[in-house]
Amino acid sequence: MSAPEPAAPTPSDAALLDVDELRVSFATEEGVVQAVDGVTFELRAGEVLAVVGESGSGKSVTAMTLMGLTRSPNARFEGAARYKGTELIGASEDELRRIRGAEIAMIFQDPMTSLNPVQRIGEQIVEQIQEHEGVPDQQARERTVELLDRVGIPRARERVDNYPFEFSGGMRQRVMIALALSCSPSVLIADEPTTALDVTIQAQILHRIRELREETGAAVILVTHDLGVVADIADRIAVMYAGRIVEQGTLDQIFYDPQHPYTWGLLGSITRVDKPRPERLPAIPGLPPSLADRPEGCHFRPRCPYEFAECSKVPPLEARVGGRSAHLDRCWLSVEEKRDQREIRPGEIGLSAAEGTAA
Amino acid sequence: MARFVVRRLIQMVLVMFAVSILTFLIFNVIPNGDPAVRMAGRQPTETQIEAIRKEWGFDENIFVQYFTTMKKVFTGDLQSYFTQLPVGEEILKGLPRTLSLAIGAAILWMLVAIAFGLYSAVKAGKFADRFLTIIALIGISMPVFWIGALMNYYLGFKLGIFPNGGYVEFTEDPIDWFYHLILPWTALAILFIGFYSRVLRSNVLDTINEDYVRTARAKGLSERQIMLRHVLRNSMIPIITLWGLDFGAVLGGGAILTETVFDLQGVGQYAADSIGQLDVPPVLAVTLFAAFFIVLLNAIVDIIYAYLDPRIRLQ
Repeated sequence: MSAPEPAAPTPSDAALLDVDELRVSFATEEGVVQAVDGVTFELRAGEVLAVVGESGSGKSVTAMTLMGLTRSPNARFEGAARYKGTELIGASEDELRRIRGAEIAMIFQDPMTSLNPVQRIGEQIVEQIQEHEGVPDQQARERTVELLDRVGIPRARERVDNYPFEFSGGMRQRVMIALALSCSPSVLIADEPTTALDVTIQAQILHRIRELREETGAAVILVTHDLGVVADIADRIAVMYAGRIVEQGTLDQIFYDPQHPYTWGLLGSITRVDKPRPERLPAIPGLPPSLADRPEGCHFRPRCPYEFAECSKVPPLEARVGGRSAHLDRCWLSVEEKRDQREIRPGEIGLSAAEGTAA
Repeated sequence: MARFVVRRLIQMVLVMFAVSILTFLIFNVIPNGDPAVRMAGRQPTETQIEAIRKEWGFDENIFVQYFTTMKKVFTGDLQSYFTQLPVGEEILKGLPRTLSLAIGAAILWMLVAIAFGLYSAVKAGKFADRFLTIIALIGISMPVFWIGALMNYYLGFKLGIFPNGGYVEFTEDPIDWFYHLILPWTALAILFIGFYSRVLRSNVLDTINEDYVRTARAKGLSERQIMLRHVLRNSMIPIITLWGLDFGAVLGGGAILTETVFDLQGVGQYAADSIGQLDVPPVLAVTLFAAFFIVLLNAIVDIIYAYLDPRIRLQ
């Protein structure tokens, strides 16, 4: 090729994290629970990927598995997850330890219980810095004060010696963010970081994560059950249902042209302050399946109003909309059928059967 | 801190006051407990008994008797009814022996129990855990007078590896002191090790599932660091409570069986001998002495608590 291609891949286009057909199952008393069932996605440097789904859809397990936090004698893993070429799933504990905190860091759901109650917050951050970088005490402490200041903790120099119980939930989550950022990780996994916080604090924390992403260039995986949360911050969205990704695409694709009926339902369940209040909150009828006993074929079938014969086979996750290689979904309906069936009221998308029918 | 100390001192006075009254009353209502009769020797005449009663003040009203006895406790004039030896001196003679036994055993049982409990929890469900569980149950089930006697007989008398009971002053020969105490320490510690390691194991298993332990793991710490810095400290609080109570009791002469089996002549053995003779003054003094240690150790436990868990404030 003589002339260089204008859209030559820049280094940031190369996948930082490459998850391929990841499967996680746990042996429990009720049988084998297939928590994650063939999850495939890529994460590029500096992007925010939102993983969205109901409780029990496998999103947290996926996130924690990347850091090896779901390892236990009764867990089984298949598939691959490569971080900068390093295989994470089969990595030894020592290899993982070097990556945890330093390369991939995690913010957990409940800031009230995620910090050690009997250790000063500064020590908890210093501990991580020194584990990975072996800097002297004083230097690690200085950096901790800076980090706390950067995540918006007032009087950071004094508060570095406080204990977690002396902080509110929102402040503790900021401490968790400071902890996660302390070794400048390339990937930040935020597992429902705002679920346990009240609404005004939620916005602050998300805002802070977005700002820090811009400052540090870290890629973010944001795990949440709240599509409303991701509208502000995500570049791409992966929707999970019963252990599988059912739809994946850019923010605009998912919000304006969703392909999977489950995504329609999720979008229809967002309550909006700019719209008249509905009589009752829209909800998807039925319950998510038990992960120990999932329906054959498409897992969403029992709750889907458009179910037909084809649905007893597992639909592959593939690009179905012409011209959009990044927009993938798992639904047998044709693109035209989806456009017809999908209920679009002005500025709103919903699952038509969702309203009026009792669950 | 000052408030804490004052409160604990007041508590100590109240506890010791209550303990002294109870002890005194109990010995007054015990059948066949009339000290004058017992002091008068075999086949005494009524006049002899009467004379003793008068001389020792047993004919006085019980309140007066209590007050004169308590006064003697504080002036150090308390005397045994039967041996007529000063009680204070006897206790002081036994004190280093009891202290040696209690401190050594308490350190031993705490350290070994932490090691066993942690190891058991880390290996939960595996062979090592099951093995330690059985060992702990055996330890809990063996009475100290039996295990002590066995040790004395086989290791002391038959094999001659250890001295067959007795005590050597630390100031006289520290090595011999240590040598004489190995068996008593072990015998006394075995019961507590079994018990404590079981409690610690279950606390550790609870703590391991806490969110902050997951955070510690996500930070890239080694399992060892996670265990020692994050799990153990949070699992220690219930153990510390037990330890304070048991250590206080052993210090206050509670290791009567161990002291007797190994003939240590400590405070506990003195108390046991005195109880056998219904000799009120030594019993009263040892009881007060024990109450003092238990309250003291409880205060120390509270201080350790505040150190282990900053959410607890001393007040």
